[in-house]
Amino acid sequence: MGSNENILFIFVSALLINNFTLAYFLGLCPFLGVSGKIITAFRLGLANIFVMLITSICAYVLNTWVLPYAPYLRLISFIIVIASTVQFVEMAIKKVSPELFKALGIFLPLITTNCAILGLALFQTNKGYGFGQGLVYALGAGAGVTLALVLLAGVREETRILNIPKVIEGAALNLIIAGIISMGFMGFAGLFSGG
Amino acid sequence: MGNLEDNAQKRADFVKGLWNENPVFVALLGMCPALAVTNSAINGLAMGLATTFVLLCSSILVSLARNVIPKQVRITSYIIIIATFVTVVDFGLAALAPAIHKELGAFIALIVVNCLILGRQEAFASKNPVGRSILDALGMSVGFTFALLCIGIIREVLGNGSLFNISLFGANYEPWVVMILPPGGFFALGFLLLFFNWYEARKKKRQDALTENERING
Repeated sequence: MGSNENILFIFVSALLINNFTLAYFLGLCPFLGVSGKIITAFRLGLANIFVMLITSICAYVLNTWVLPYAPYLRLISFIIVIASTVQFVEMAIKKVSPELFKALGIFLPLITTNCAILGLALFQTNKGYGFGQGLVYALGAGAGVTLALVLLAGVREETRILNIPKVIEGAALNLIIAGIISMGFMGFAGLFSGG
Repeated sequence: MGNLEDNAQKRADFVKGLWNENPVFVALLGMCPALAVTNSAINGLAMGLATTFVLLCSSILVSLARNVIPKQVRITSYIIIIATFVTVVDFGLAALAPAIHKELGAFIALIVVNCLILGRQEAFASKNPVGRSILDALGMSVGFTFALLCIGIIREVLGNGSLFNISLFGANYEPWVVMILPPGGFFALGFLLLFFNWYEARKKKRQDALTENERING
């Protein structure tokens, strides 16, 4: 794997500069659908980080040992392996720690086929990250998604007590709020030169 | 008479995806590609056509195999079928149009998780014969491509002052750069949805006024 990017750079880049939700538009369905309450948004974000870490490991294993022999199976194998691994881990959590399952459980099936997850696996492959780098990238990306979810949920909680014209209610308003947050995040682009 | 009804049914299958059930503007499906790649009209069009191919092929296959696929594993089967066709598009584009393939990047592969495609398999192709599934898939993809083209045109015209790479306003135009950056995607779709809401509300108001009139006069 041919990348020697700094760990800190990978993390901050995935968290802020190339935020999965606000710069790549990945994982928009839960972003717009679920994020009405801060606490729900936060839990969904945690579940996202969790699945992304599993995904990163799966993608690394597939990339190293399977895909060099059959590159055309990349998409299919990513999806199937990620989905089934998440399912297994879900069962394991249910057995080992029911509290954790209660907190994350309902979100896991929602997230598994989310574009942010597959996007993570693909970007990690394209950038040629090694095992450790991949894990840090997954952590940064997951934290970035959590941040975006919580920010939007926060603004939406405030809008509930305001008098909003009927035509803009719902998805239109959420998208425009997301646009403004995303514009704020564009400011992070200068954090690293060339980042 | 049966023939006429048949035709009306066919037309309804096709037309509903264009406007009333437009995947992007009404159902809010497939938003990730709708925003991510539409920084120019040509990219929007390319993404729309790629999605059309995948949706059409997988609808045909799912519809043909609808009696063979066991109910318990249907979602998995759909995803494998979709992923196969996406791989075809990915490799096909890389060979035929490398420039566009490079521009769209990983988002071609991400067609797999476009909820629009899986949604149509589950809601329509798995329950209906091939002919109707093809019409449904075509209608939905034309609606999707139209939506992507709309967003792409708005963003390219405002953000770059050009359309399909042809300069529109001359050298004096100061491009509205934010529109081709990520926030522009959110804004363009947000304001388009706003317009849709306003239009629907106005239509409903008129209809209500009409029925009210009829009630008073009749």
